[in-house]
This record gives sequence, C-alpha cells and structure tokens, in this order.
Amino acid sequence: MTARLLWRKGLSAVMLTLTGVCALLALSLLFFILGYLVYHGGRSVNWDFFTKLPAPVGEPGGGMANAILGSAKLLLLASLIGVPIGFFGGVYLAEFGGRTAGFFVRYAADLLNGTPSIVIGIFAYALLVLPFKHFSTFAGAFALGIMMIPITLRSTEDFLRSVPRELREGALALGASKWRAIASVVIPAAYRGILTAVLLAVARVAGETAPLLFTAFSNRFWSPGWNQPTASLPVMIYTYAVSPYEDWHRQAWAAGVVLLALVLLINILARTVLARGVSVPRQ
Amino acid sequence: MVTPSTNARRAGPATGSRSFLSRLRDGDEVARLLTLLFAAAVVLITVAIVYQLWADSALSRHKFGWKFFFSSVWDPVFDQFGALPFIYGTLVTSAVGLCLAVPLGLGAAIFLSELAPPKVSDTLTFFIDLLAAVPSVIYGLLGVFLLVPLMRENIQPFLKAALGFLPLFSGPAYGLGFLTAGIVLAVMILPFIISVSREVLLSVPREQREAALALGSTRWESAWKVVVPFARTGIFGSIFLALARALGETMAVTMVIGNTPKIAASLFAPGYSIAAVIANEFTEATGDLYLHALIELGLVLFLLTFILNGLARLLILLTERRGAEVRA
Repeated sequence: MTARLLWRKGLSAVMLTLTGVCALLALSLLFFILGYLVYHGGRSVNWDFFTKLPAPVGEPGGGMANAILGSAKLLLLASLIGVPIGFFGGVYLAEFGGRTAGFFVRYAADLLNGTPSIVIGIFAYALLVLPFKHFSTFAGAFALGIMMIPITLRSTEDFLRSVPRELREGALALGASKWRAIASVVIPAAYRGILTAVLLAVARVAGETAPLLFTAFSNRFWSPGWNQPTASLPVMIYTYAVSPYEDWHRQAWAAGVVLLALVLLINILARTVLARGVSVPRQ
Repeated sequence: MVTPSTNARRAGPATGSRSFLSRLRDGDEVARLLTLLFAAAVVLITVAIVYQLWADSALSRHKFGWKFFFSSVWDPVFDQFGALPFIYGTLVTSAVGLCLAVPLGLGAAIFLSELAPPKVSDTLTFFIDLLAAVPSVIYGLLGVFLLVPLMRENIQPFLKAALGFLPLFSGPAYGLGFLTAGIVLAVMILPFIISVSREVLLSVPREQREAALALGSTRWESAWKVVVPFARTGIFGSIFLALARALGETMAVTMVIGNTPKIAASLFAPGYSIAAVIANEFTEATGDLYLHALIELGLVLFLLTFILNGLARLLILLTERRGAEVRA
C-alpha cells in the first residue's frame, strides 16, 4: 500500500514537473526568437535602413524606406476599409440585430476569420488586380482590410454587450433616442476595449505576407499614389530571405527585427495600457 | 436634438408600434439601416469569396473533375494539373506539427490551469499570446537560416542513425522538407493550443477537482483523470483550431518545405503544400487553366479550414456549456 502510494506521489511530482517544463519550453521559444533575431538583425538596423531605397541588385547597402512607407500606407488604407465595416457591423449585432440576421453575420465573420490569408489574397486578386491588369496598393490594402473585419466585428459586439444595462436604460430614461444612447453612452463606455481589438487587428495584418504577394506585389522604388505596386516589409523579408545574396540576407534580418518590434510593441501597448481592466479578445 | 414632442410620444404606451416614419425621424431607423448595411457587407464579402473561388476554378473543375485530387502530375507546360502532392504535403506537415505541438501544448496548458497561481498563469499566458502574434514570415526567416542548417547538419543525421530503419527517417538530409516544415508549424500553432486549452481547462468546475482530491487522488491524478477528460471535447476543439491554422499557413512553410511537387515516404524529402504552390506560382500562372487550377487549390484549402473551424467551434462550445451546466 505504501509502495503504491509512493509510486502515485512520485508519478504526480514527475508529471507535474514535466508540465512545468512544457510551459517553460513554450515561453523560452518567445525569448529565443526575440534574442536570435535581435542578435542577427540588430547590427543591420541603421539609419540607411530607414532612409534609403533598396540598392540595385548586386550592389551592397541601401535600405527599405519604400517598404516601410508602403507598409504604413497599406495598414492605413486597410484600417479605413476594415475598421468601419467591423465596427458598425458589430454595433448592428449588439444593438439592432435580430436572431436570424445576427446568426448569419456572426457565422460569416467566423468563416472569414478562419479563411487562410492566401485565399483572401486570391479574392483580392480576382476582384482588384485582374480587371485592372496591374498590382496596386489598393488591392493589397483591400485584402488586409478584409482580414481585419472579423476581429473588429466580434470584439465590438462583445464589448458593447458587456456595457451595463443600467447605463443604457439611464440614457433612454433621460429621453435620448436609441441611437443617441448608443452613440453618446454605450460606445464611449466600451471604446477602450474596441480600440484594443482594432490595434490587435492592425498588428495581426501588419505581418501578413501571403495576401500581399499577388495584390500589392513589390516594388524596388517609391510607389506614388494608391494605384501602383508597392513594397512592404513582410514581402521584402520574404524576397530577401530566399534570395541568393549575402547582403540581402543581412537586410532581411534587419527588416525582421523592425517588423517584429512593431508587431510586439502594438500588442504590448494594446494589451497592457489600453486593455487595463478589460479582457482582451483572442485572435 | 430630441424635441419635447417626440419625448411625449415615446412616453406613451404605444411605443412598440410607432410608425416607420417617426422612427426614421428619431434617427433610430437610420442608425439601424446604416449599421445593417455594414453588417450585410460582411456577409456579402464572405459569399463573394466562396462564389469567386467556385466560379474562377470552373475550367479546372470541368476538365479534371475528381481526377484533380488523385493525380500527382503537375505540369503547367502540358496543362496537366493534379493536386495530390500538394494535399499530401499539407496533410503531412500539419500532422507532424500536431504530433509535436499537442503534447507540449497540452502539458503547458495543464501547468497554467492546474498548477500555476492565477497571477503567474496570467503573466505566462500574456507571453504565450505574444508568441502567437509573431508574423509567419519571421518564422520562415528563422526557419531558413537557423532551422534548415541545423536539420541538415545535426538533427537529420542523428535521427537517421537512431531511427534510420524506418522509411520515415531515411534518404538524404537536405534540411528542407516535410519534417522541417512540420517543426516550424509546430512552433507556430503551439501558442494557440496552449491558450485555448488553458481556457477550456479553466472552465472545468472547481468542484470536479476538489471531489477528486477529497477522494485521495494526487494532483496529477485529479488533473489527468478528472479535469482533462471533462474538458476532452474542448481540447479536441483547440487541436482542430490549430490544425486549421496549420493547413492554411503559407509563408513559413513555403520557405522551408523545399517546393518540390513529389510524394515521398521519407519526412526528410522536400515536398510542397497547397498554400505554398499558390504563393509561388500564382503570379507566374500563364493561361487560364493554370490559374483556375491554382484557384481550385485555394477552394480546397478554404473547404478544409471551413470544416475544421466549424468542428472546432462546436466542440469548444459544447465543453464550455457542459462546465456551465454542471456548475449551475
């Protein structure tokens, strides 16, 4: 009996330690990735990287200024497309939606959320590249914008629903019409959560590469306006990493550091500063 | 502004049956219609994606029919397209990824939900969520420059020496291939398995644990024989969710799988996946049939992830409902 008990206790200790090792391993992955990236790419992040155009093929040096601007433009336009649809759609679900209509919208959003990003790239290609016969910033931003919709929509709905009933009823009791109550009481009460979700959505699409490959494509020069192919950080990382040039590899690491820093910074900012007291949605 | 007269009208008992016009004047109806428009756009976009994938793969669907899924010839020059090597590569790499990530992820989730104090658990989960936010192209970068050489020089020769009698671990070690892609996928889906499983485990009612402990079970026995079985369906849900991610993952896989449309028994061999072939060949697709074949691959990918996501959500929902029921 005691031997059996000893065995059980021993097993418990060993297995629980193992689960701790698993957690530690997963965690160390994050810090390993961070460390390795900074170690390899940190040296190459310099002033040139942020200010210069890519050097002609074969020449060392140059930077990714056009890709940084391109990514910024893509993210801005993607937010302008994705956030309003997600936000107002979420308002509809939380405040006006009937059961049937709500079900369809939610279902569509979940479907969209699970759709592989490359498939959304195909969609944007068929819709905005094929008819015009050229790649464009707009097509890339459209693809990224679609990817932002589901997160924004579901979180807007969740956060609006979590606003206490009393606030809403207070506004209505004071004689406000429904939309006034929503616009001036309910949404302000939920805005921190919604903003967090929007930032997380931006961070998520900031690193997306696959849908840009055949929508925004790439560009070794500046891309004026919204109607021409543009470089972006993720696509540059990909092209440079699989290229045969040593100097391009170095710059791919640098771009990796910059991209990861950007994505993690937005994440940390959104999750800690803004999200204080609200539960952060999972992507 | 809200005028007194509308106020008086709203206060009356007939609020529910106000005419459409008066609601329109309040702005309520306008707001409803406006938001409905955006909500409808979400449905519209989703439907349009499905329709576009279906319509723009017509040539390939008509020409090859079901043969598309069983042929392993992919020859753009002679307009012969078979999807088998890509489906095989996608399934094999995802399977490898799951085999590595599920035990690790489940272990970590058990630690976070059963053992770690809530504060520690929340902090660790924060970092795990950050790991989930790392862009896939970064994993590809690390895969190309760190993992591939490591696989070629160290891990694959070691596996060959130890397990070389299995066909899985035979053949030349290129570094690039199914195994490498699977490992990268494992790292990428690990955070999802951990954070979803942890959530599901936390939704198991406290009484279940206390009952097990009160009956004299050790903490491991309470976790493994009571809590985990209780949350079983939800854990399967988290695995399906991770699998759906793995199937659709593009960049990291493209960069390390070797991009060779061949079916090989060895995990060391280079292969190809559905998402990778779309990424690589889409811009170069000359001819409508070629493009349609690639879009049909996209359709296959969409359907696979659609089914898995649906199953996953159902399973997670069932577990959480069960936890709530027992508690109530």
